[in-house]
Amino acid sequence: MSQTPADLRYTKSHEWLRTLPDGTIEIGITDHAQQALGDLVFVEVPEAGRHLAAGDACAVVESVKAASDVYSPVAGEVTAGNPRLATEPELINRDPYGDGWIMRVKPAGGTATETLDAAAYEGVAAAGG
Amino acid sequence: MLDRIGAASLEDLFDEIPESLRITSLPGVPDALPEMDVARLAGTRASADGRPLNFIGAGAYEHHIPAPVWALVTRGEIYSAYTPYQAEASQGTLQIMYEYQSMIAGLTAMDVSNASLYDGASALAEACLMAVRAHRRSKSARVLVPATVNPTWRRVAGVMTEGQGLRMETLPYDAATGRLDPASLARLAGEDVTAIVVQQPNFFGQLEDVDAVMRWARANGALVVAAVNPVALALIAPPGEWGDGGADIAVGDAQPFGVPLSSGGPYVGFMACRMEHVRQMPGRIAGRTVDTEGKPGFTLTLQAREQHIRRAKATSNICTNQGLLMSAATIHLALLGPAGLERVARACVARTAELVSALTRLPGVKSAFTGPRFHEAVIRLERPVAPVLEALAAAGIVGGCDIGGDYPELGHALLVCATETRTQADIGTYARALGSVLGRAAAQEA
Repeated sequence: MSQTPADLRYTKSHEWLRTLPDGTIEIGITDHAQQALGDLVFVEVPEAGRHLAAGDACAVVESVKAASDVYSPVAGEVTAGNPRLATEPELINRDPYGDGWIMRVKPAGGTATETLDAAAYEGVAAAGG
Repeated sequence: MLDRIGAASLEDLFDEIPESLRITSLPGVPDALPEMDVARLAGTRASADGRPLNFIGAGAYEHHIPAPVWALVTRGEIYSAYTPYQAEASQGTLQIMYEYQSMIAGLTAMDVSNASLYDGASALAEACLMAVRAHRRSKSARVLVPATVNPTWRRVAGVMTEGQGLRMETLPYDAATGRLDPASLARLAGEDVTAIVVQQPNFFGQLEDVDAVMRWARANGALVVAAVNPVALALIAPPGEWGDGGADIAVGDAQPFGVPLSSGGPYVGFMACRMEHVRQMPGRIAGRTVDTEGKPGFTLTLQAREQHIRRAKATSNICTNQGLLMSAATIHLALLGPAGLERVARACVARTAELVSALTRLPGVKSAFTGPRFHEAVIRLERPVAPVLEALAAAGIVGGCDIGGDYPELGHALLVCATETRTQADIGTYARALGSVLGRAAAQEA
């Protein structure tokens, strides 16, 4: 059974969002997503300074059997990609909502992808979305 | 079958292909013939090539192929053009791929090689696309390609990349040395350039100052794509050891290893890169691993880059390798070994030096460029090259490649090549024939 912390927001494409005290948004992939992908062997994170539009493919998670894009739910500037993922992609499997965060974005405002609360996301995940 | 798929006729099945793209007949190819007639026709066509004395290179090179190469390659266990589906069921094929990759990585001094691509020209195109993917900080997708890179390869790379947003820019060469003009690079300092290609030895056979190109690329944040002749690597610095940390991607054609000229193909492209770029590399990679019982075995690895997993976002539409010719190259290299390859390369250099000196002793024949070269050279005549080549062909000699069309500024320019297969007697035969052709032409004018 996968975890879906109630204090985060989610997307239909299986990203989670956490608003940090300084207003930047931390983004990763959900426990449900990492379970579906299996053991991750490589993660490509965006470089700091990159400007993203909402919905841009901004990271790649690769397991032994699949590779998927991660989409930014918000527009803004990347302030950091998680440097530990370069050598420890398994952090996403082990701790998807903590050490396995993928990037932090300083939001620029404007349109964002529709986000869901934990209950609504669990519905999406359960429906096989 | 048409019934089953709901098409009324063959025309109906193909109706979404525009009329302008359809081919209704192939010139020179007859309609269906019985096997006996096909064999006879093919034999006639094959013998029309004759067995000329060959002094043409320009991207494809005549080398001696030891008899065991094709005796082994045509064995049933190996004789297949493809990486098989469920590749791990064919451990022998995967092991040959693995050995091939090890040899290419060793020759180029790069970290990792793929299991081969179609040919050198398409490998160059793939390398340019790969450089644009790999260089995430560069936004320009600008790739500099010196005019000293094989013009056919440049055309192929242009066609393969033009629809993908890549901007290829040609850099001029120095008229005296036939090498990339360093001033043209200096002018581009500080601009956003994604990658620069350098061919070593270059199309003219001249050795480029690759360390200077590396220095410029590192100072200006561009990746370096090395296009190299693999035979030459026995003597010159491999791309991985070029200045300032070595090239990022190395490509070339492995045709000189066991693959006959065959009227232009099929050949076999190679590609190797630094480990940091491996996930952007197209093509298959065989890896060595252990099975559940701990026994060594081979497997396809890093497949998430590939089309069957990554779909539209794969690194390339290439989902196989040039299996048969890769096997020939591997066996050829294994037979030669490093010392044998070096002997071949030294013989090429010596024969070409003899050829240039024999030809330029003739009146009206000059060497176009100064400076070190490998096994090709540009010579200049005082009269149009095409009729001279025709007269030589009548004497059973393929006298070189007329490069005046691609390089009009060079005038009546002929690219010649001598590998280890040309003897001193062959070179003498060519020089005498050229002397008499030029002498006759001069007499006719007088």
